[in-house]
Amino acid sequence: MMNNILVFPMLLPILAGIILIFFRTHRRIQIVVSLGTMIAVAVISIYILNTIQTDGILRLDFGGWAPPFGILFVADSFSMILVVTTSIVTFICLLYAVIAAGKQMNTLYFHPAVLFLNAGVIGSFMTGDMFNLFVCFEVMLLSSYVLLTLGGSKRQLREAIKYVTINIVSSWFFLVALAYLYGSVGTLNMAHIAMRVAENGQGPLLTTVSIVFLIVFSLKAGLLLYFWLPGSYSTPPAVTSALFGALLTKVGIYALFRVFSLIFPHHPELTLSLIGVMAAITLIGGSFGAVASNDIRKIAAYNVVIAVGFILVGLAISTPLAIEGSIYYLIHDMVVKALLFLVIGAIISLTGTTKIEEMSGLMKNYPLLGWSFFIAMLSLAGVPPFSGFIGKVLVSEGAIQNGNLVLLALALLSSLFVLYSLLRIFRNCFWGETIISKDEQLPLHKGILVPCLILVLLTAGIGLGGEGLAVYVTDAANTLLNPEIYIDAVFSQQQ
Amino acid sequence: METLIIILVGVLTAVAIYLVLSRNLIRVILGTAIFSHAVHLLILTMGGLKNGTVPLLGEDATIFVDALPQALILTAIVISFAVTAFVLVLAYRAYQELGTDDLEEMRGADDE
Repeated sequence: MMNNILVFPMLLPILAGIILIFFRTHRRIQIVVSLGTMIAVAVISIYILNTIQTDGILRLDFGGWAPPFGILFVADSFSMILVVTTSIVTFICLLYAVIAAGKQMNTLYFHPAVLFLNAGVIGSFMTGDMFNLFVCFEVMLLSSYVLLTLGGSKRQLREAIKYVTINIVSSWFFLVALAYLYGSVGTLNMAHIAMRVAENGQGPLLTTVSIVFLIVFSLKAGLLLYFWLPGSYSTPPAVTSALFGALLTKVGIYALFRVFSLIFPHHPELTLSLIGVMAAITLIGGSFGAVASNDIRKIAAYNVVIAVGFILVGLAISTPLAIEGSIYYLIHDMVVKALLFLVIGAIISLTGTTKIEEMSGLMKNYPLLGWSFFIAMLSLAGVPPFSGFIGKVLVSEGAIQNGNLVLLALALLSSLFVLYSLLRIFRNCFWGETIISKDEQLPLHKGILVPCLILVLLTAGIGLGGEGLAVYVTDAANTLLNPEIYIDAVFSQQQ
Repeated sequence: METLIIILVGVLTAVAIYLVLSRNLIRVILGTAIFSHAVHLLILTMGGLKNGTVPLLGEDATIFVDALPQALILTAIVISFAVTAFVLVLAYRAYQELGTDDLEEMRGADDE
């Protein structure tokens, strides 16, 4: 099925971003246009997601070039679930920026940069062409460089240099992998590559290429190669950290799922077990980092690492249940990581410090903020009825069915470390003796809590209403595990 | 011819790695620029070098050159141009703010 509506989730943010560049100093225009765009994207992508359930996978061949010759967008349930979540989470983060951040940030190209970032992220989710995936990655990365350096404090500039260099090198690896892939299969359309790899067999050369792709996407996702992540995710303002934590690593994870389920699924004993080992080490390293750190921003950043490890445990196991669990956990993690970073940003702006030992007794002054943090903590640790629970249960069930007990043990142990690391923040910062007296306390901008509470409701909603999502998630997992559905949809002739 | 170009790619990559690993920020940026040249040559070679005529409909030939790698390289050049421009500005700002272009000295403490 071909459908022109598929272009809008990526086109709208780009157009809005370009328009906003010309209205830099008009705070009101910036806010209205960017919020409106994200709502429109959310509505359109929900519509597309529902159309897929009745009409099957949708595609759009740009310029009328039939695959495999042109670039195309393919929308299956997996990509559209992520697009919907992305647009909603971005909307809430923008809301926080509007309420909390000063006039300076709202008029300093912040909104256009976020919109371009979204265009890149959504484009990466929807594209059906390997080289186009690279281009969308670059759109996303360039915007993230801008967002990371916006404000230009010493610490930000220093971390940005590391982040940018790492990403340039990984983009280089991406191009190398693309060159070898094109040299060996002679096409760049994902479905066509998958077909040719299946026909000719995945020889040693192609397996090597797949490992290079694994390295590239692991760098972007923070799987094993996460050493750049805690530094760069903990320097920018809270909103930017929230957007990074919620969206950026997820694009790498999406690419790993897509590439290793669609294109290179033929040697699971090598590729998937490698991913399993990497996920295990990521879980261990992330857990140690989260427990060892005393800086609350660092603790939150290490929690991003742990979640990446957990989601990829699902891919390493690759049973229907585990994949479904990973998809649930992806949705959950985007929502809750945004919540975690926003709450931590609010704490830092209230106390003026990031060190655990310098805060105490915030609960008395800001109870609502405290309970928001508490819920984020429960949700991340996988306590029912919040959203983390479904994903953890399904991935664990998959691991038991598959007999992969080491990964199961590590995944569950990492939940304990998540709980412990956040409990330390909760106990030290929110309980204990109140240092600041009622008269001296900084007033908490009431509006700041609105985005946080929306996210709290979302995580509870996903947890309680998981059944409602089940249709989409099952379909997404089904398409991932049966690549021929995707290939057939791309090459079907009916327009 | 292909072998020669691949060796050239290898040499360029070696130079780029040497530059990227140095402590001076400008050298690192030059290294990333050479990195991108190396990979563009690699993509070009992967498409096969001059093994047919120009890919135009009017040409009376049986073998045509693959035009796609050139389109890919063009896109990649534009992207690496944008990234290099950004990094140069970033390096200049960082030099102004931090007063150094030595990466060892930029390590810094966590709390500032």
